[in-house]
Amino acid sequence: MNIYLPIAEISVNIFLILGLGVAIGLLSGIFGVGGGFLMTPLLIFIGVPAAVAVGTGANQIVASSVSGVFAHWRRGNVDFKMGGILLAGGLAGSTLGVWLFSLLKDMGQIDLVIRLCYVVFLGIIGSLMMVESIRALARTRRVAKGTASRRKLHEHNWLHGLPFKMRFRKSHLYISAILPIMVGFFVGMLSAIMGVGGGFIMVPAMIYLLGMPTIVVVGTSLFQIIFVMIHATFFQSYLNQTVDVLLAVLLIVSGVIGAQLGTRVGSKMNGEQLRSLLAAMVLLMALKLLLDLVITPTDVYSISLPVSQ
Amino acid sequence: MARAIHINLLGAIAGGLCFVFTMILGNPGRAEALVADLSDHLIAVTTDFTGTELLLFGSIEEEGEVIVVVYGPRQPVTVRRKDRIAGIWINTASEIFGGVPAFYHVAMTEDATEGLPLSVLQRHQIGPDNLKFDAPDTMSEAERRDFRAALIRNKQATNLYSDEPGLIEMRGQRLFRATVVFPVNVPIGTYVIETLLVRDGRIESAQTTPLFISKIGAGAEIYRMAHTYPGPHGLIAILIAVVAGFGANWIFRRL
Repeated sequence: MNIYLPIAEISVNIFLILGLGVAIGLLSGIFGVGGGFLMTPLLIFIGVPAAVAVGTGANQIVASSVSGVFAHWRRGNVDFKMGGILLAGGLAGSTLGVWLFSLLKDMGQIDLVIRLCYVVFLGIIGSLMMVESIRALARTRRVAKGTASRRKLHEHNWLHGLPFKMRFRKSHLYISAILPIMVGFFVGMLSAIMGVGGGFIMVPAMIYLLGMPTIVVVGTSLFQIIFVMIHATFFQSYLNQTVDVLLAVLLIVSGVIGAQLGTRVGSKMNGEQLRSLLAAMVLLMALKLLLDLVITPTDVYSISLPVSQ
Repeated sequence: MARAIHINLLGAIAGGLCFVFTMILGNPGRAEALVADLSDHLIAVTTDFTGTELLLFGSIEEEGEVIVVVYGPRQPVTVRRKDRIAGIWINTASEIFGGVPAFYHVAMTEDATEGLPLSVLQRHQIGPDNLKFDAPDTMSEAERRDFRAALIRNKQATNLYSDEPGLIEMRGQRLFRATVVFPVNVPIGTYVIETLLVRDGRIESAQTTPLFISKIGAGAEIYRMAHTYPGPHGLIAILIAVVAGFGANWIFRRL
């Protein structure tokens, strides 16, 4: 059954969209990732214009992060103060991101930049995940032999010497506010350009750069993603008219069902082996996007409608 | 995607019958050299739109050849060329062409263009090569030709321009019919359908018929809302997402 998407202006099989939503929801439920970094490129692969995929992705992430934040909030695992500081940087960053987006679109380079960002970040994240899961698998073997060593909570480095120090009680941190603002800004900018929540960059940055305890990381990141994505949705709709509500609703409904199934399935499965599978998938996608950039295109010419206004 | 293209058969039959009756009952002394009409003057792009087919039919007074040209709304189009830089294909050159029909289709009776001089083909824009675009002055002749050819090639690749002219069938000496296929990605707007009667290497008679393609139904309302009230549209999109997020949480806590 085909359905015509009013803003994307293409006709797609409704079951393909629903299947995509369930599959990505399932993955995000199992691994606790947002899934935006899989959703946006897959939407582009099935023919949704890149700009619409990015705008609609932002809208869908609002729903998934709202529904996701509750579980963490109930357990008290959201650092609202840290979230607020990250958000301040995030809003500024995503404003710049949306502006850069339309600038690059005018220059005809937006597809290239989106793809390059995906190649770089999917490549890095995929490799890190792969290494991590291989190490974890090795560690469980070593634990069995009784040779595992305990890891340090976090290390201090020059970044902790910056001014404007603030106390973050929930995160047990006393660090410069500049650091989370910069992290928020950078991730906000990328998420506006790539159409992702940015959790997959934010979470490692919070753990390794800010030194936050792992337990509050996911909840806090979800909390700030909600508002950054609300901001991005509004401006993508207001400036570029690239939010397809019909597509978003289909993805939200199927994504939520997938995520709920995923949380249930995830608890019964071997996480580390699954994680290496996801890593392999992410790396494959990065490779496919890279090949698209490197292989000689069938037609070196392309056409598009010039930007109105 | 390969769902049966739905034809407005009833409309076509009714229209055809009316037409034939007018032909029979009408005053034969005032018969026109060329009469043509469409099975439908409005294509509604609804949420289950998968493309459509229209029937173009008509009659000619005396023997001759018929050419039909369908133009979509004219709009500017940017053509970009990629070059390999550091191993990666990057858009380097671009040009904007003005007045490019969003959709273009030609159908003709066999060998209708034979004997037609190029000037006539160009004046009536018969065949993609004879389309008139506003080309930028900044380019060299050769470059312009390449970009122009690329534009047409890209349009053909998305089925918006016809590769080969369609065939107009004759029914006897005077009645003709042709089907025009509008793909699912057909742009909305006002279309012009020009029917030309060719005889002895010149255009004897021409008739223009309008066609409207517009979005209708819930999808159209969403599109209109998004473009006329982008602010409120964004807020509603956010509201839907937030409510859906809360709702999902509420429902699944009870399961």
